Amino acid sequence: MTELLDLLRSPWPWYVGGPLIGLTVSLLLWLGNKSFGISSNLRHACAILLPDAAKPDFFRYDWRKERWNLMFAGGLILGGIAAGVLFANPESTRLSAAGAQAIQALGIQVRPGLVPVELTDLTHFGVWVLLAFSGLLVGFGTRYGGGCTSGHAITGLSTLQGPSLIATVSFFVGGILSANFLLPLFLAVIR
Amino acid sequence: MTNSHNMTGIHDAPASTTRTATGLLAYLFAGLYFGVVLVKSEATSWYRIQEMFRFESFHMFGLIGSAVVTGMISTTLLRRFGTRSRDGQIIAVTPKAKGWWRYILGGLTFGVGWGLAGVCPGPIFVLLGAGVWPMLIVLAFALLGTYLYGVLKDRLPH
Repeated sequence: MTELLDLLRSPWPWYVGGPLIGLTVSLLLWLGNKSFGISSNLRHACAILLPDAAKPDFFRYDWRKERWNLMFAGGLILGGIAAGVLFANPESTRLSAAGAQAIQALGIQVRPGLVPVELTDLTHFGVWVLLAFSGLLVGFGTRYGGGCTSGHAITGLSTLQGPSLIATVSFFVGGILSANFLLPLFLAVIR
Repeated sequence: MTNSHNMTGIHDAPASTTRTATGLLAYLFAGLYFGVVLVKSEATSWYRIQEMFRFESFHMFGLIGSAVVTGMISTTLLRRFGTRSRDGQIIAVTPKAKGWWRYILGGLTFGVGWGLAGVCPGPIFVLLGAGVWPMLIVLAFALLGTYLYGVLKDRLPH
């Protein structure tokens, strides 16, 4: 029994997780010819929440046709409960030696959990700023660029779309710059 | 055609209402599946994202790479064998609009956000499920960012 529980709690190697992620693309095509992408939900949420009078044209469309995507996002929350609470990995992420060292150099301890406590401790005002700024860029950038990791890097690349290659390269350039330069700067200021 | 017909039950047979509901439920399960995979493969781990952007581990590259290859093979097979979708449509992928600026500038903006809190849109929802409540701040501001794009859209290069 405990062995089964241990198995359910343990993380999966990339060669198991990666193919299972990739299968989502064809699963959604088969379920109803849907193009896999999660960031569109942010647009649907705006279309639902904004009062009609204050709605920019970008949010005037029939979001009810995209209910499937909102259901998918609801499923993600359930997945988080299942794998992140009920069968949460009790151990810390097994980083490479260099990775663990780099994170400690940022002043962050590697502990069990998906996000370090240092970045979710809301008693620090700087944490609010970091989360808000990150969210703002994610929301703005995914709509401007027309997709996120699931829509461009996974779906777009696997269906050989040129625009998705440009977008994915840009995601990585942005991410490399922010993780290596902007984040250390941020952490030095907020801590 | 409108949903109000379903409510009154005049035009649509109950079967079609049930079908829509079970159809939507299938996407809930697909989301549950994907959410579990994201956590178990550690794609929602802030630590793994940092490791990836510093090129200190193969894990995330293997994950994304094998996902793309699997997606490529499975969609090719679906089309090659002329498989229909569950509701009988021919499988077709909507092509992304052509362009450069929006993909470069939008991609860079998203990438910078991704590297900071370590979350792309999927993990925002997954982490909320996992009880990481501060993600509500990320979500609220992601909605604000989306709204801002809607407002500024016509003034941006695409």
